[in-house]
Amino acid sequence: MGRDKHTLLRKFHQARWDEQIICEMSIPGERGILVPKVEKEIAAEIGDAFPTIPENLRRKTPPALPEINQVRVLRHFLRLSQETMGADMTIDVSEGTCTMKYSPKVHEQLTRNPGLRDVHPLQDEDTLQGILEIYFKLEEFLTEISGLDYFSFQPGGGAQAVYTNACIVRAYHEARNDDKRSEIITTLFSHPCDAASPATAGYKIITLMPDKNGYPDLEAMKAALSERTAGVFITNPEDTGIYNPRIAEYVRAAHKVGALCAYDQANANGMLGITRAKEAGFDLCHFNIHKTFSSPHACMGHSTGAIGVRQELGKFLPIPRVVSNGKHYALEYDRPETIGRVRCFFGNAPTVLRAYAWILQHGADGLREVAECSVLNNNYLLKKLSEIPGVVIQYAKGKRRLEQVRYSWNKLKQDTGVGTEDVMRRMADFGMQHYWMSHPPWVVPEPFTLEPCESYSKDDLDEYIAVLRQISKEAYEDPEFVKNAPHNSVVHRVPIPSIDEPERIVVTWRQYQRKKQARVK
Amino acid sequence: MKTLGLIVNPVAGMGGKVGLKGSDGSEILRMARKLGATPEATQKAIQALQALAKIKDQLQLITYPHAMGEDACRAAGLAHQVLGSIRGERTTPKDTERAAKQLLEKKIDLLLFAGGDGTARNICTAVGSQLISLGIPAGVKIHSAVYTVTPREAGEVAKMFLQGHLTNLREAEVMDIDEDAYRQGILSAKLYGYLRVPIENHYVQQMKAGGILAEAQVLAGIAGDIIDSMNESNVFIIGPGTTTRTIMEKLGLENTLLGVDVVCNKDLVARDVSERQLTQLITGRQAKIVLSVIGGQGYILGRGNQQVSSKVVRQVRKENIVVVATKEKLASLEGRPLLVDTGDETLNEEFNGYIRVTTGFQDYVIYKVGHH
Repeated sequence: MGRDKHTLLRKFHQARWDEQIICEMSIPGERGILVPKVEKEIAAEIGDAFPTIPENLRRKTPPALPEINQVRVLRHFLRLSQETMGADMTIDVSEGTCTMKYSPKVHEQLTRNPGLRDVHPLQDEDTLQGILEIYFKLEEFLTEISGLDYFSFQPGGGAQAVYTNACIVRAYHEARNDDKRSEIITTLFSHPCDAASPATAGYKIITLMPDKNGYPDLEAMKAALSERTAGVFITNPEDTGIYNPRIAEYVRAAHKVGALCAYDQANANGMLGITRAKEAGFDLCHFNIHKTFSSPHACMGHSTGAIGVRQELGKFLPIPRVVSNGKHYALEYDRPETIGRVRCFFGNAPTVLRAYAWILQHGADGLREVAECSVLNNNYLLKKLSEIPGVVIQYAKGKRRLEQVRYSWNKLKQDTGVGTEDVMRRMADFGMQHYWMSHPPWVVPEPFTLEPCESYSKDDLDEYIAVLRQISKEAYEDPEFVKNAPHNSVVHRVPIPSIDEPERIVVTWRQYQRKKQARVK
Repeated sequence: MKTLGLIVNPVAGMGGKVGLKGSDGSEILRMARKLGATPEATQKAIQALQALAKIKDQLQLITYPHAMGEDACRAAGLAHQVLGSIRGERTTPKDTERAAKQLLEKKIDLLLFAGGDGTARNICTAVGSQLISLGIPAGVKIHSAVYTVTPREAGEVAKMFLQGHLTNLREAEVMDIDEDAYRQGILSAKLYGYLRVPIENHYVQQMKAGGILAEAQVLAGIAGDIIDSMNESNVFIIGPGTTTRTIMEKLGLENTLLGVDVVCNKDLVARDVSERQLTQLITGRQAKIVLSVIGGQGYILGRGNQQVSSKVVRQVRKENIVVVATKEKLASLEGRPLLVDTGDETLNEEFNGYIRVTTGFQDYVIYKVGHH
């Protein structure tokens, strides 16, 4: 009983509740809470409160909320949670580039502190000193980690951080009265937001393809650079996990034509305490607080893209900035050259708190250890997976990777017909999260991208390896079995290809009712 | 129940093993047989059919008599219906065309054909993109993108398509190679047409509407970018292909898929022009040439757009050449450079280096260019 001692494989089966949609469980009149009636004295004092609600905000009909008691609500959502697979439940090495490290649960107690939870950003600054101090100190930590001079935590995520940096680049060139700078250069293996965010900011985008070693083509970059280049937005290491050792050369080439360089450091886990944006010559950078610095990803929920800039660019940062005279913290709005706001108030405070707490728990030497562990874990995984039949590792043969690797099942596909999407579905049968494949376009065929982080033990990695090895074995022995996976999951017949016709997709109950009616017609 | 049509060109591949380049023409065939060549196409077709054995109960197979498909079906152990008739052993392109037309009438779901470029051209002539088709490689020279790499792969792709697991369709180029020139060591290729092919691209996730919709949007973006650069005076030479076609569609202009059209001030100036007409139209004018990437080999000049000759290119100048392609297309080159073959070696060499490719609206890639 329990996980097999030799194979490390589990006889896993996901719970399957065949649960209804909560709206279908509604019973008219059923209640979970009875709202207390207003006390006589208050009613006498206030009178009828309804007229205080503006006419245009008053409902004409009651909300169509499901009517259900507490017990059924609790049971319903617990059941649904059993049918999902999250980072707390599984060895989540699967989400390459997402850095699915352990989010310390003690942080959740910290974020419930009334000094964070029960305040409003428009309160008097004197009553927000705690939060402002944390903002100030986290900024100090990140300036030390990156070598850059100022940080802002207003952007709500990585893509917004890159967008903000693009806006700062634009402000910089405008201040120089240079109106020719219309282009941003990026690379194919950088995160797609390094292209999309500057495009949203109005730039033309030039993408560099990887050379045969998997690095961005430096000669191509030199061909792309011109007086029209506003900036180079680049991730390093890129999605492949290969660190570009000549990164400073790329930066120099860009600076030579007067362009700025923005470092997408969303994947900083393998570099903390080892290398910095500053020494590579970068003018701007950003970190994903919800990745490297442990804040939960929360299903694309509250996150923070922390942007960092060199001294000279500080004046363009979004407002407000947190400033201090050593004793007191304040919010500074009067900054004439600011690009303005990119988000309301000053960003996601609980996320900033978690990052601050996480760094304190590690200390400088702890951060370095995080980087070393991630790199070690990743290269251990790389070595073991390269021994699995069917796995191909493109680029940088014989070289080490940093904290993640993009693998390929191309050989497995050619030998057995089983491809990356089939393996992905079969993984769920062992209690593993579907791995992430790749950003489009898939330059690496049949891809999968894995990132172990520092949180997973050798035993965790060995189990993950065992699962992939087993699936490879199954592919060679009985490919149809793998192709028809998953077998032990919530759903057994996953539509292939996935459904993506608009008329067959619904995300709300109302949409469902409307489209179902339409189909019946 | 799905219907699959099969046409085998029994003479395809005859020339190859005995060192002759191609098997068109009865004289070459006679020489090939004399040299001991045996029909390979049937063997290749059998390999493809074997991959379909697993779904034979959901399949209705229709084919042509004897060596044009019936033999292969029988050898692969698949139940089949035989259409039409052929005269004796010696089959001709006309038989292939007739077979394709008859299968079209049967409204088959997919047509598998075993052959080479010549066979692909016959299918193209007969039914064009009215049928979804796929080539089992059996010919000597395969320059057309309608073929899979191996016969077995053709069977696998066909199986997945018929099972509904594969939904991505592509318009794949059918090339017309000058055989006599080829035998003298000169490769002269023209774009002959397109066939609609299910491609199992392991470089792309299989998406039903999404994949096709997304590509349509990217192509519209590319077209928009090109159109934005059009003014009252510059002349745009629009090369052949499906990527450039979107530009013409967006402008509401008639388009020559396989030929070169000329546009000025967003109006059609000339259709399907020759090299001579081109040189006349651009004399004394500011001109741009818009080129797509032809076929799997990545040619931007010299395959299918010979009208854009070295003379025209010199007149327009390299910096006024705009290459258009999706990022997926570039990625499928697997790092190989774009190729240029204008016939003028010096000109070819001038292209060595990098070129800007328009991959979307205000979206570009700097890509390497080389030459064979």
